[in-house]
Amino acid sequence: MIRVRVSHDAASIAVGGAAVARALRESGADVVPVGSRGLFWLEPLIEIETANGWQAFGPVSKNDAPAILQSVRDGKPHALSLGKIEDHPFLKSQTRLTFERCGMIDPASLDDYERLGGLTGLKRAIEVGSDGILAEMEKSGLRGRGGAGFPAAIKWAGAAKASGDRKYIVCNADEGDSGTYADRMLMEGDPFLLIEGMAIAAVAVGATKGYVYIRSEYPHAIAAMNRAVQVAREHGLLGPKVLGSAPAFDIEIRMGAGAYVCGEETSLLDSLEGKRGQVRAKPPLPVHSGLFGKPTVINNVLTLAAAPTIMARGGAFYANFGRGRSRGTMPIQLAGDIKYGGLYETAFGPSLGSLVNDIGGGTRSGRPIRAVQVGGPLGAYFPPSMFDTPFDYEEFTARGGLLGHGGIVVFNDTVNMAHQARFAMEFCAIESCGKCTPCRIGSVRGMEVIDRIQTEQDNARAITLLKDLCDVMKSGSLCALGGFVPYPVMSALEHFPEDFRPR
Amino acid sequence: MSGMTEMQANPDWSEARAKEIVAPFVAISGGLLPALHAIQAEWGWIPKPAIALMAHEFNLTRAEVYGTASFYHDFRLEGRAGRHVLKLCRAEACQSVGGEALAAATQKHLKCSWHETTADGEWTLEPVFCLGLCASGPSAMIDGEPAARLDEKKLIAALREVSK
Repeated sequence: MIRVRVSHDAASIAVGGAAVARALRESGADVVPVGSRGLFWLEPLIEIETANGWQAFGPVSKNDAPAILQSVRDGKPHALSLGKIEDHPFLKSQTRLTFERCGMIDPASLDDYERLGGLTGLKRAIEVGSDGILAEMEKSGLRGRGGAGFPAAIKWAGAAKASGDRKYIVCNADEGDSGTYADRMLMEGDPFLLIEGMAIAAVAVGATKGYVYIRSEYPHAIAAMNRAVQVAREHGLLGPKVLGSAPAFDIEIRMGAGAYVCGEETSLLDSLEGKRGQVRAKPPLPVHSGLFGKPTVINNVLTLAAAPTIMARGGAFYANFGRGRSRGTMPIQLAGDIKYGGLYETAFGPSLGSLVNDIGGGTRSGRPIRAVQVGGPLGAYFPPSMFDTPFDYEEFTARGGLLGHGGIVVFNDTVNMAHQARFAMEFCAIESCGKCTPCRIGSVRGMEVIDRIQTEQDNARAITLLKDLCDVMKSGSLCALGGFVPYPVMSALEHFPEDFRPR
Repeated sequence: MSGMTEMQANPDWSEARAKEIVAPFVAISGGLLPALHAIQAEWGWIPKPAIALMAHEFNLTRAEVYGTASFYHDFRLEGRAGRHVLKLCRAEACQSVGGEALAAATQKHLKCSWHETTADGEWTLEPVFCLGLCASGPSAMIDGEPAARLDEKKLIAALREVSK
């Protein structure tokens, strides 16, 4: 039977992927469910096995499926043919380390995972032990991919040194930032990589239990992770003796309940404990007193998923990519009004403009770009005049922005930036955990002040007030929600002052 | 909203069933959140007697259980949703491709606003902040099934398909 890979990523299912899979089965194909290659304008994407390797087609509708199969059987060309997907310029120019397998394997098959190099990193980690792992992690220069950019090796070493009768590895899969979907894609397409990364962290710090906290908006990722954990237990990758030699480690998947703030690490820990997801004051740091008061490593999906590559190929190999203090690769997510939207994993360094225009092809709508928001709802808006900014933690900070989780949302010239600034405040008001006043009250006042700026003829005082308010929120908030919402607001005001006047 | 009192009545509430649902979560650390999810999966909302029952089972105060349940957007404390639930993305990536216009058109079509249920009890409209389908917006979740690259025509057709 002819084998066909069909993307079962939620973004493919959302545009008819499941119906395509059904139609292919009805036409006699052996459908292999895989994750997404990350070229979302081509979803639903299918790849058919031929004597000349896997041939890709997309975007495929259920009505196209029989004709495509027939064309492959007859050796004839088809209009939706894309050739080998690896040769597609969008993929060819990438450096895929974390996403090297995504879209090529059945996410429920540990055999597939191992055949393409999986578990090499964990085996080496078990061999070299805690000190060896920490040394490689330090060499790699890996920084937290969730947004804060804190060096992973320092966090892990802190938890390794901390004393406690139990230690935890917590994976933050509460990917709430608009414009980001790399965590979701990875969990749906290559879940064993995350499990392997968490197991490596467990060996490094001496943890026995791991939790993956996934937002409820991601039911497909939750299902994929639950299935993978089950398979991992059956094969001894998780359990009383990891891979037959390392100490016990098991993972439990927990579902969030629609609170954005639970992506903040201390609030996530409270939520995992079954409480309101309110932010904790630091110190104590989670590495000393985290989940249930025990030493805890809490990292984003992409941070943990980078560990297997680092252990398999060495920290120096990973650090070879990137620039300055931003080492390795970053899975960048191109989103919004963009022609070629998708996952673009590359070494740090390309300019914002090259990512948006050269890789992303400009807007999907065909209108000129007015602004891009980098780093989610708490990230700054950049005008095209700043497109020379290199994709790098420090460079973005220096320009009043942040990389966050690596999402880039493109807006065309119809956007009103005062409206976007007001939305940032509204979002903060809806999602504030309520613990600190600058965030809880400041966000509501922020909406009101921006309303006044948009209605009052003489709004100079209101603009001064907004700046003051942002200052208070930035320095007085307990966490990054209230503390970072000034980024989109102030960048909109600074770069697009013409939008901040009465309408 | 005329059907609300009817919907709030709970003829199928069973304390024994609730205890059975909650029991496995009492045994695990931090089990209150998964227990709330399980209760809502069974009854479509968190019925009032469930709060007292969970307080007793988890050895917490009712205020603590209510405080937790009411903190999260997912949990319905005021009554069941309509027969179908439409979650429409309100976040930036979807805004950039016409999400707000789509939301306005949908509200007009359903004749209800955010968090409301249509008069016939057929649809509840909820906002959602990101479904992770940001390269294929505007996007939505229709009874748990993702839908993307939407416009007014496609979305209304999808709603008709589900509730026909």
